[in-house]
Amino acid sequence: VVLDQEKQDMAYSQQRERSSNSFNYGTYHSLDSIYAELDHLAFEYSNIVSKLQIGQSYEKRPLYVLKFSTGGRHRPAIWIDAGIHSREWVTQASAIWMAKKIASDYGKDPSITSLLNKMDVFLLPVTNPDGYVFTHTTNRMWRKTRSKNQGSRCVGVDPNRNWDAGFGGPGASSNPCSDSYRGPHANSEVEVKSVVDFIKNHGNIRAFLTLHSYSQLLMYPYGYKCTEPADQAELDALGRAAARSIQSLYGTTFTVGSICNTIYQASGGSIDWSYDYGIKYSFAFELRDTGNYGFLLPANQIIPTAEETWLGLKKILEHVRDNPY
Amino acid sequence: AAMELPPSHQPATRAAALAVGYISYRRGSPGRGLGLRAVRHASGQDIDGVGRKYHLDLVLEDIPDKDSTVNCTAEVLYHLGNKNIAPDVQFTIEGELKNTDEADNIFYNRIKSLEKELVAENIPDSHGNVSPEMEPIHLLAWVASGYVIWQNSTENTKFQLAQIKHVKQVKRSDEYLEFDYMILLHEMVSQEIIPWQMTVLWHPQHGVQVTQDSRQPKHAAE
Repeated sequence: VVLDQEKQDMAYSQQRERSSNSFNYGTYHSLDSIYAELDHLAFEYSNIVSKLQIGQSYEKRPLYVLKFSTGGRHRPAIWIDAGIHSREWVTQASAIWMAKKIASDYGKDPSITSLLNKMDVFLLPVTNPDGYVFTHTTNRMWRKTRSKNQGSRCVGVDPNRNWDAGFGGPGASSNPCSDSYRGPHANSEVEVKSVVDFIKNHGNIRAFLTLHSYSQLLMYPYGYKCTEPADQAELDALGRAAARSIQSLYGTTFTVGSICNTIYQASGGSIDWSYDYGIKYSFAFELRDTGNYGFLLPANQIIPTAEETWLGLKKILEHVRDNPY
Repeated sequence: AAMELPPSHQPATRAAALAVGYISYRRGSPGRGLGLRAVRHASGQDIDGVGRKYHLDLVLEDIPDKDSTVNCTAEVLYHLGNKNIAPDVQFTIEGELKNTDEADNIFYNRIKSLEKELVAENIPDSHGNVSPEMEPIHLLAWVASGYVIWQNSTENTKFQLAQIKHVKQVKRSDEYLEFDYMILLHEMVSQEIIPWQMTVLWHPQHGVQVTQDSRQPKHAAE
């Protein structure tokens, strides 16, 4: 469902009249503030940015995706999401910075310009808005969705154990009170189902990239099993190239490897689903830091984190652009 | 025979996190926390009837002076069977750690001269802020949590201090400073956030001691 552009523009202009727009990318924002900035970007860069709603959360908050496109019909596309785990605040913050970066670099940066001339980019900055609001109002360490679990007083499902990839296998809990509770069945969470449906309906997604924190890792499938994916060599080489790009800016080192070998076996993860669905370039990033601040990354590290991560993403996007399959 | 392990993958990273917790506890102070910068080399071997031993070459970084690093070798032995015995950790730090005597004494005197006992919460806050006055309280918790991490780690866990929910100074008649902390530990493998209470003693000449600690029920911190 595409929001009526005119209504959107009006709402945005009214908001502009009330406050001067100077969105501070170097601080953490409320959901409302992030959503307002999505409208601003779609307004200011309306030639290439539009806002789509791909569904609603459990508590009926809209799931907004920014589409970056220079036209064409049904072009091959990149999918990027952030904030599936709500306490990983640097990911939502980095995603909105990257949205601004992509929009403002088009026509200036040769790489992004050539990418958007051939492909579309879909960016979901807040995949789990209910959880994100809960981290602001009640519990900063909340990870899961906020769905009610039948027969339990415990709330929420780990949305990154809820995908249809080895669902029910090791590395996910069957206990609703657990922070890695997989849910009653795959895609039980509307936040997950909305992304799955969007990707399936689009039919031409060529890369699936997801942002998490923390640990400074760049991982490819699999998590649900410890065997190599068929494209192991290419994904590993591309991952290493991306990690070198990340390191080039501030010296931040990212470890590259499969989920299972690097951190742990975990079933029901998003990039395992996307890879087995046929999206070869499936990567999961764990951003800064390595544990000194963990989820509570100081705001003065948001922009450096976003900048370096963006270089890694760009390396992957360039490869996807240049290697159609 | 010892097997080479990829240094930045598990299980090396789990053993390293445990080692750094222990090392930070033994060498840390309100003026110095030690964190893991990198694992340069790792190997592991099974010892029949005893357990699994890891040999690690580590680079440690000073928290919060991250540009200050030091090399370290460590051996971690996870005991077979009885999970109530903490892993054995031995380590050697190459070279000298930054001297923190001056900062430690300033902090010690500051707390000693407080009229009312110190009380604070949410360190760092939601945005990652730690005020300069609270930095020693933060580092003291980091150091003390190293003890809890050491005592409770297995090959299937990787703990980090996530946040101090609450800290309260306990007045003492002797020369020690005492703090009662409620901290949150993040356990990476299960992804759980675990509230943990710890009573911490410190004196500039006598180091950090955790005299009492207990795991709390999950809802305790919500």
